[in-house]
Amino acid sequence: MSQEHNMRRVTAIRNGTVIDHIPSGQAMRVLEMLNINKSTAVPVSMVMNVPSKKMGTKDIIKVEDRELTQDELNRLALVAPEAHVAIIRAYTVAEKMTIEVGEEVINVVRCTFSNCITTNSREPLSHRLRVVSKEPLTLRCHYCDRPQDLEKLIGNLL
Amino acid sequence: MAGLITMDDLSNDEILSILEDAERLLPVAEGKLYLPLLQGKILGNLFFEPSTRTRMSFETAMKRLGGDVVNLGDVKTSSVVKGETLFDTIQMVDGYTDIIAMRHPRQGAAQYAQDAARVPILNGGDGAGHHPTQTMLDLFTIKQAHGTLEGLKVILAGDLRYGRTVHSLSHALTRFGCELIFASPELLRMPREIVEDLSSHGANITETEDLLASLGDADVVYMTRIQKERFADEDEYTKVAGAYKLHASNLEDTKEKMIIMHPLPRVDEIHPSVDKTRHARYFQQAFNGVVARMALLCRLLGVTVPKDVHAIGGEL
Repeated sequence: MSQEHNMRRVTAIRNGTVIDHIPSGQAMRVLEMLNINKSTAVPVSMVMNVPSKKMGTKDIIKVEDRELTQDELNRLALVAPEAHVAIIRAYTVAEKMTIEVGEEVINVVRCTFSNCITTNSREPLSHRLRVVSKEPLTLRCHYCDRPQDLEKLIGNLL
Repeated sequence: MAGLITMDDLSNDEILSILEDAERLLPVAEGKLYLPLLQGKILGNLFFEPSTRTRMSFETAMKRLGGDVVNLGDVKTSSVVKGETLFDTIQMVDGYTDIIAMRHPRQGAAQYAQDAARVPILNGGDGAGHHPTQTMLDLFTIKQAHGTLEGLKVILAGDLRYGRTVHSLSHALTRFGCELIFASPELLRMPREIVEDLSSHGANITETEDLLASLGDADVVYMTRIQKERFADEDEYTKVAGAYKLHASNLEDTKEKMIIMHPLPRVDEIHPSVDKTRHARYFQQAFNGVVARMALLCRLLGVTVPKDVHAIGGEL
């Protein structure tokens, strides 16, 4: 099945954001990380496990009437680093964005080391993970310096 | 310079320069000279878990330099037990003091405190993390004995798995091009991630279970305590730990200037017969905690140690 066919599974949107190339099964988590839920009050379409030449299968999200910012998208680096993002205006692609991993991942996830000072949820300073390498993505906690297991990290979303 | 959280906060030149300051401050640490370089300054001692040598030597260092010390006291009777966050404790002590020495059971606590504080933090141990002031006094002791830190052959022996002291020290020695021999039982080997990290920084490492066979050409033997609770049963402990004990009779064919160090407290890994030999350096090492911390306090508070301390210090 073609890329075009995938896109037609849900209606084209007039204005908003399309997030493509999300790893299969991660779409719900992406919505969660972007704080898109009932209270956001914008229409959201989602397809899961559709064929992809590049990834085998993938998920796609379309958010209507909302243009996600680069900062919001960068939060997705841990679950969908390869995602492609298009801002749609009047049914056409107005802007293309990619997710950028910065020097640090701040207040997105909690360190996975059980004895890290940040495991006390009452401590108010930011959760900070230092990006040691972008490919492959390697992170260390700013405070305890422990290397982070990416699989475990996903379960530690804030 | 903000604080000292890990040894990575110091360049090799800074390490050597602080050790030179420490050397000059020896008569002050020994109580022979009064040099109130830190008069009017207050150190906050925040020890959230037990410490004898580190806490006392920080306090002694500050007082020998004319400064003063306030203590958190017993954690059980402080506001920590009421649920105060580390952030709030630091905000308070930050306002009372000019510099803070801290030990905390949680890893990363020292960096966290530094991010929360205006004053410099000296990490006196954070969980299984770092203990850089111990490393500085260890380096001072080695340099005092050998006149250099470079190119020495150093044995680290005993519990290399859990000891943060040997982890920090092996990193620092690698930076000065020392050859490292890790002598430990299989169960207590240096963690693989540390060995790999050291190797990636060019370390020359040999791992062995035979401590005694390695003694002959060593310049430094750094002993650590093997704890019974690391082993499944007492027989296994007795069998294994016995191979990591030093007696004076083991030292006959060692180098003249070889020194034996230990972060203390020792149990029976160094027999008292060793105390009287020219190699024993562990009590000197404990004393050096004062002088190394004096030099660090001055450096972090931006106070220059004069080249000639006798010119301005008062004889006692």
